[in-house]
Amino acid sequence: MSDALMQASGLTLRFGAVAALDDVALEIHPGEVVAIVGESGSGKTTLLRVLAGMMAPASGQVLYAGEDVHAMGESARRRLMRSEWGFVHQNPRDGLRLRVSAGGNVGERLMAAGARHYGGIRAEAIEWLKRVEIDPARIDDMPEKFSGGMQQRLQIARTLVTQPKLVFMDEPTGGLDVSVQAKLLDLIRALVAELGLAVLIVTHDIAAARLLAHRILVMRRGQVVEQGLVDRVLDDPQHPYTQLLVSSVLAA
Amino acid sequence: MIEAGYNFGYLDENTKRMIRRALLKAVALPGFQVPFGSREMPLPYGWGTGGIQVTASVLGPDDTLKVIDQGADDTTNAVSIRRFFGRVAGVATTEKTEEATVIQTRHRVPEAPLQEGQILVYQVPMPEPLFRLEPRVAETKRMHALADYGLMHVKLYEDIARHGAVTTSYNYPVLVNGRYLMSPSPIPAFDNPKLHRMAALQLFGAGREKRIYAVPPYTDVRSLDFEDHPFVPVRADAACVICGSRSSYLDELIVDDTGKRAFVCSDTDYCASRPPLEEEAA
Ligand SMILES: Nc1ncnc2c1ncn2[C@@H]1O[C@H](COP(=O)(O)OP(=O)(O)OP(=O)(O)O)[C@@H](O)[C@H]1O
Ligand SMILES: [Mg+2]
Ligand SMILES: [Zn+2]
Repeated sequence: MSDALMQASGLTLRFGAVAALDDVALEIHPGEVVAIVGESGSGKTTLLRVLAGMMAPASGQVLYAGEDVHAMGESARRRLMRSEWGFVHQNPRDGLRLRVSAGGNVGERLMAAGARHYGGIRAEAIEWLKRVEIDPARIDDMPEKFSGGMQQRLQIARTLVTQPKLVFMDEPTGGLDVSVQAKLLDLIRALVAELGLAVLIVTHDIAAARLLAHRILVMRRGQVVEQGLVDRVLDDPQHPYTQLLVSSVLAA
Repeated sequence: MIEAGYNFGYLDENTKRMIRRALLKAVALPGFQVPFGSREMPLPYGWGTGGIQVTASVLGPDDTLKVIDQGADDTTNAVSIRRFFGRVAGVATTEKTEEATVIQTRHRVPEAPLQEGQILVYQVPMPEPLFRLEPRVAETKRMHALADYGLMHVKLYEDIARHGAVTTSYNYPVLVNGRYLMSPSPIPAFDNPKLHRMAALQLFGAGREKRIYAVPPYTDVRSLDFEDHPFVPVRADAACVICGSRSSYLDELIVDDTGKRAFVCSDTDYCASRPPLEEEAA
């Protein structure tokens, strides 16, 4: 029917009285960047976790390349997570091994995928440190000593090194200074275009969504209230909540 | 003669049967850690209660037992375990590797190649090779289930990045039968190649951690490494001062009051079985 990389429909999940996901559907195509925006508590992180198979929905289905993500078994899902998928956490400390060197962090996915040549792994790590603008001389340093922005760039290098097809990013610039955020967004945009990645990115930042994404999904109280091409949704919002969201950004 | 009041091998028959079932499962899944209902033994944990329970469960009246500790038959630990089985099983004991049908060991593999029909029982303090890297037990189980061992290679990578070589000289992790990551117990890395396709059955018992695992005869046991940093079984570059061996694993000893050092074979039986140095030179 379509050449979607990932396809979700009817996703529902409650936490007690809270409907974190309420009949959510979405599609993402190869090479496409989709932004998920919405107020705090609207279900963005929950959606990402359900799509990535980290959490099961109460009902609904997630298909990746035609396969049911929640029915495929943990072993197959983990294999996806360390090869074709990537997950970039808001807090880099959740996505890095802080007591493993920068080189080891970047090399881990290569080794998990079977790389057994130390020199080759190291060369690849150096290449990736350069790509995310970390001085390769710091390859043997512990990420604990890095600034927040560097840690986040390292997490991105570590995630992209195996050239995944689909990357989930949960507010990747969330905890950073505004000046650092802008630089990081530029970097993400360049890498995504260069590698032709499909990306599902959660963000509070409408400007970031406009910069990075092809399409946008607006969430409120567990529902997708509006979705479409970024320019269309942001320039001509249909849903009152989206209108509010866009105008509050303009006002700010 | 078994001392009065003891069942053969100290453990009751039900316990032995339970352990044998765990052993059969372990043999069927080389390198996989099988849980078992470890019993209290009349020895402290550090003395190898896991190994002792395995030995007690495989021993028959016709067996000949050898016990070694750090390669030696005459250390306190080895002597008391041997004496224990003398009392509770009445089996013959020996110090000669080739005469033994069951060898219980801590920290070494004998130098003499083992034969079909022999059983080597290792005492294991910590069976989980990933425990320093991943403290969550449930997560290590998942990693074994999925053969997800990238993290172990990260550790080796870190060693090489920091020190130029893998610094692990004991308890060097191995991959068994191309499937399970396994701790060979705290033997020197030098001994690792002996585990590979060994003719004897190898059984591993961890008492405190309540785990048993096994390597059946002629099973592949590979030390983890990188193509460009291959595993090297390190040995002191010296000869044994007693027998002159340049191939056996050596202990460094202080031999007099002035602090003079000398190397001798760690495997006392191997050393004693070789012609003394003078004769060899003559
Ligand atoms: N594990 C959980 N247990 C109970 N409630 C939860 C759990 N996870 C999320 N929730 C609730 O579900 C709703 C959606 O949470 P979620 O974290 O997905 O929102 P979000 O859009 O990512 O918010 P934020 O922008 O603050 O990160 C919230 O009301 C939250 O409190
Ligand atoms: Mg969130
Ligand atoms: Zn010697």
